[in-house]
Amino acid sequence: MKDDRNQYASSGRIAEAFEKRKKQGRKALITFVTAGDPDLAATERIVQAMIAEGADLVELGIPYSDPIAEGPVIQAANERALKHGIRMAHVFALADRVRAVTNTPLVLLLYVNVIVQYGADRFFSDCRTSGLDGVIVPDLPYEERGEIEEDAKRHGIALIRMVSPVSDDRIRMVAKGAEGFLYCVSSLGVTGVRAQFDTDFDAFFKSIDAARDIPTALGFGISDGAQVRAVKRYADGVIVGSAMVRTISEAKNPEEAVARAIAFTRELRSALDD
Amino acid sequence: MDGKRFGRHGGQYVPETLMNALGELEQAYDEARMDPAFQAELTALSKDYAGRPSLLYFAANMTKDLGGARIYLKREDLNHTGSHKINNVLGQVLLAKRMGKKRVIAETGAGQHGVATATAAALFGMECSVYMGAEDVERQALNVFRMRLLGSEVHSVTSGTATLKDAVNEAMREWTKRVQDTFYVLGSVMGPAPYPRMVRDFQRIIGEEIKTQLMELEGKLPDAVLACVGGGSNAMGAFHAFIPDKSVRLIGVEAAGDGVDTDRHAATITKGTVGIFHGMKSYFLQDDEGQITPVYSISAGLDYPGIGPEHAWLHDEGRAEYVSATDKEAVDAFCYLSRMEGIIPAIESAHAVAHARKIAPEMPEDSVLVVNLSGRGDKDVYQIARYMGVDVHEG
Repeated sequence: MKDDRNQYASSGRIAEAFEKRKKQGRKALITFVTAGDPDLAATERIVQAMIAEGADLVELGIPYSDPIAEGPVIQAANERALKHGIRMAHVFALADRVRAVTNTPLVLLLYVNVIVQYGADRFFSDCRTSGLDGVIVPDLPYEERGEIEEDAKRHGIALIRMVSPVSDDRIRMVAKGAEGFLYCVSSLGVTGVRAQFDTDFDAFFKSIDAARDIPTALGFGISDGAQVRAVKRYADGVIVGSAMVRTISEAKNPEEAVARAIAFTRELRSALDD
Repeated sequence: MDGKRFGRHGGQYVPETLMNALGELEQAYDEARMDPAFQAELTALSKDYAGRPSLLYFAANMTKDLGGARIYLKREDLNHTGSHKINNVLGQVLLAKRMGKKRVIAETGAGQHGVATATAAALFGMECSVYMGAEDVERQALNVFRMRLLGSEVHSVTSGTATLKDAVNEAMREWTKRVQDTFYVLGSVMGPAPYPRMVRDFQRIIGEEIKTQLMELEGKLPDAVLACVGGGSNAMGAFHAFIPDKSVRLIGVEAAGDGVDTDRHAATITKGTVGIFHGMKSYFLQDDEGQITPVYSISAGLDYPGIGPEHAWLHDEGRAEYVSATDKEAVDAFCYLSRMEGIIPAIESAHAVAHARKIAPEMPEDSVLVVNLSGRGDKDVYQIARYMGVDVHEG
């Protein structure tokens, strides 16, 4: 079966996912979960449940000792997951099992040092074998992409690029030649739920839309259905991370964590579709 | 080199949100660097406010006791605020003022950089927030109070290992949050470009003064320059002017904690591997999947799992040597210098003194060894007393 699934160009799965929603006149939902929080078996069930409830792409966060782009919620999830001794082999095995039952794109969110220490060539080869589609590396800006870009390309893994409200004249440069989707950071600061956004989204997306030739997704701080409704018109998709991790973390047991992920994904999906 | 790299090390590995800010900083710094008015203001402040030049003191008792090289101490401990950190802070805060920023933030380990930043912020009427690991807040309580006295907020960082590395994480997160109105005063020759180069330039005066002063006192270059290394700013400041002088041995002393063969040390070059962290490529203490490993040293200022990229490059090139001293050797040296010369060194600087005690006796009597005494030890007295108290119990 592995050979079959590798016939898809990996960024092809990402493009197809956005294309499918576009044809429906809808927006894509991207959800995030930290691998190994509360435990690996629960993560696997949560990912499958999110997909079943209408997530179009799932980001798997690789727990890291020093996640400098993360706010307190995902930092705490990272610490819990690391206590379980999560290693890349576990994550690849998890992706492999999920890929066996779904065609939904899966991407990793991780820090560049994890890829570099693993060995970029071996890393992206294992990504391909496990049916992963892309990576988001928050501490690897455009200028430093040469660190891993060739290896990612060789194995057909999309290196997702990010733009932020203070990217200004960098947006054109970053958007040009971007793969998968363009990750549009909603506001300054680290990940984490926000009560409101100060960003002028009209101006931000005017610059983005003039420069991009792939789908866009808006993330950082989007925390519930109401916020999804308020921002969904700007991009082709929305990304919900910390709010998902928080609701999972409030569960008393893995069973409840899965149930919470289902309920929250449902809320987000209906906010996108109504 | 484009000013962002030192050989394979350095770079700018930070979130997209910080990239334009780093670009603006780089441009503002390069303009200031070439501006005689900026340099004149910095020179005047360094002299009139910080007390430069710092003394180069011939340690006669130590020289006689060790019986080898003639030992000189570069007295950065005599600077205003008690360490070399003020050199860099005055430069960066002047730059912040020039860029129109009204708020500065800083990380601190031992508290010396935090105190220096709080001091400069007070002088220039700027708002100041300092991030400090909760463990360091505990072991450097006096410096925490000093910072608050100077009008700064001190944020105790409880994430991760609650030491210097985590303080840097939190300062970087805060900078991402308020990048438009905030200037990040980074305390060492580390982090993303242009910080390693800029901090080195502001600290370079240490080595320049050593060169001039020693020429007057001995009529020659030193045979070796010794300095402790955490992130590496006092060492880079002492070394940089001597890099072209190949006859001068440059020796950085890392913190060996309980010993480099235990898992409780902070000897980055001795035991680390190349990786990417805190915005730079350099040597780090990490596991095979890139997780940064917890480090340990009695000295909060050396308790860091990485080292500045220019040091990593000097190591690769073989131009500087990196050795280590244990907690015990540092505490012994702390007591030794106090009794021998009547100078209580910072526990960080005591690591360099410890290595001087090892190599001075083996050097010829007409040779000259300069030890950079990066800070004074008042802040450490309580902790050393506790350390020695434990020794007594164990005995």
